[in-house]
Amino acid sequence: MAALVPLARIPRWGSLICRSHRVVLNRSSLTRGIASSIDPSHGLTDEQKEFQKVAFDFAANEMAPHMAEWDQKEIFPVETMRKAAQLGFGGIYVQPDVGGSGLSRLDTSVIFEALSTGCVSTTAYISIHNMCAWMIDTFGNSKQREKYCPDLCTMEKFASYCLTEPGSGSDAASLLTTARRNGDHYILNGSKAFISGGGDTDVYVVMCRTGGKGPKGISCLVVEKGTPGLSFGKKECKVGWNSQPTRAVIFEDCTVPVSNRLGEEGQGFNIAMKGLNGGRINIASCSLGAAHASLLLARDHLTVRKQFGETLSNNQYLQFRLAEMATRLIASRLMVREAAKALQEGRSDAVYLCSMAKLFATDECFSICNQALQMHGGYGYLKDYPVQQFVRDIRVHQILEGTNEVMRMIISRNLLSES
Amino acid sequence: MSGRVLVGVKRVIDYAVKIRVKPDKSGVVTDGVKHSMNPFCEIAVEEAVKLKEKKLIKEVVAVSCGPQQAQETIRTALAMGADRGIHVEVTGKDYESLGPLQVSKIFAALAKKEEAQLVILGKQAIDDDCNQTGQMTAALLDWPQGTFASEVTLEGDKIKVVREIDGGLETIQIKTPAVVTADLRLNTPRYATLPNIMKAKKKKIANVKPADLGVDVAPRLEVLKVEEPPQREAGVKVETVEDLVGKLKETGRI
Repeated sequence: MAALVPLARIPRWGSLICRSHRVVLNRSSLTRGIASSIDPSHGLTDEQKEFQKVAFDFAANEMAPHMAEWDQKEIFPVETMRKAAQLGFGGIYVQPDVGGSGLSRLDTSVIFEALSTGCVSTTAYISIHNMCAWMIDTFGNSKQREKYCPDLCTMEKFASYCLTEPGSGSDAASLLTTARRNGDHYILNGSKAFISGGGDTDVYVVMCRTGGKGPKGISCLVVEKGTPGLSFGKKECKVGWNSQPTRAVIFEDCTVPVSNRLGEEGQGFNIAMKGLNGGRINIASCSLGAAHASLLLARDHLTVRKQFGETLSNNQYLQFRLAEMATRLIASRLMVREAAKALQEGRSDAVYLCSMAKLFATDECFSICNQALQMHGGYGYLKDYPVQQFVRDIRVHQILEGTNEVMRMIISRNLLSES
Repeated sequence: MSGRVLVGVKRVIDYAVKIRVKPDKSGVVTDGVKHSMNPFCEIAVEEAVKLKEKKLIKEVVAVSCGPQQAQETIRTALAMGADRGIHVEVTGKDYESLGPLQVSKIFAALAKKEEAQLVILGKQAIDDDCNQTGQMTAALLDWPQGTFASEVTLEGDKIKVVREIDGGLETIQIKTPAVVTADLRLNTPRYATLPNIMKAKKKKIANVKPADLGVDVAPRLEVLKVEEPPQREAGVKVETVEDLVGKLKETGRI
């Protein structure tokens, strides 16, 4: 075991060390090892490289040392996320007039990819929070934007995205939570399932039925914590994503002002899906970060671990395996970044590219992390080593924000509609 | 007093990179290797920006000497809060042989030209570990120096500097204009924020050449050879104290 200790990031040290002291103590830190073929800064502008550097530094200093503890103790790291928000990570693609950073989807992807190397679960929640802030920024009127966005951008308040219900996951448009109009307010009844941040967050962006069946009967309401009739289920026990609580969100005659509705009645499903396009890029970006970090961990392990008289890195099978992992990581990264560009430019293929990128990247990156774990042998299975957490944390990326099966539905529907 | 602070920032190989010696032993591999701002320079920039935020000084000017890429380092300083930058262009062989003597001459010239009240530098660079530039700059300017600073307090036209020395902490008071070099515990450098990175794009970086400042950057030192440190060898276990003393005498240690 002793020979392998230098490989594990030693979590205890991080909290005692402020940024500059790492120079002295962390020369052996392999987690920031540079391998130029998979360097994520290739092809970026100087400005994007600066954004990426801040995100990497933040991830290495503020997140990575606590990643394991947050997972094991199921801590929602509010202070750390607020620190991230101070740097502008609370509303990355929200407009600056309401406190956002006004950056592009590609800038956002680069940032989340870098932050994920520090903690996937926390970064994924930050991306969900960003998605909600964007939805209010884009579809809200000036009163709603001014009321909610500034606090969301500073993370004074946290947000949750409420679409899924016990009876409607992939078939999202069949959701049953009703919002009955009564003068100047709606009365909500129903429940949402698997809501990230549910119970701990302050602002809930809820898709609910104001009209008839199907997507056109759905509207989007902003519900604040503390509203009478709003309650939460028990905190779910999950395999990963443990630094964010997941709960059911329950509405029992919950009264919400009509002025909290984003956009028009019947526009809710459209708003939800537009939010998810970006959300899919964000989640895929989180998978990229995890795969990058896991690949480097595996690479470093191979250079140290000896069996049969030589280091594992001399084994051709493992060399080739590493090369394949690197190639698939780059392929995934290229897809995600291209999808980000397409979405930013409003290209006609943006929705499909986002679905394809999410499908491809989440699948490939999970496989990369899994193989990285395998390369660690028995040690990969121990919680002392971070690679197992990357595997557990990104497993769910193949499921949420639209299962990878739903991604296939979207893509095949487009292909078959043309013939 | 102009209220202007000059901060020197050096572009060095990133601290996390595994250093490799060039096969011809003339130096260290720098091509394609990740570079970043010297950590002690980050601390220097942070201190300068803090002084500006406390309204004790008016302007922070970040200076770097080197090829085109030195501008990246200046941009990082701008993103941390420096107001403008000066890129002293030194390339090729001149850059390879650039050392504290040449840099301190450049800084002395700039300090006079910019009428700086204070020059803050990192105590040393992590590539050459010279720990000379600050001291030489002060000597060339005939200014007082507060080196290895772990605390800096501006008091009117004087500066109180707490220095970390081998014996403990030494507190001195020096008159401005002065040179201060930053040590590890002076402060914790801030992260650049996304808005500041974008604002930094609009800040100006002036270009000058050493000749414009009347400085001769010809080297005074010749590097003969650069080698890896010797591999650490296994120790030897001994049975008794007599054996230990015997071995120490054998190897000439005592």
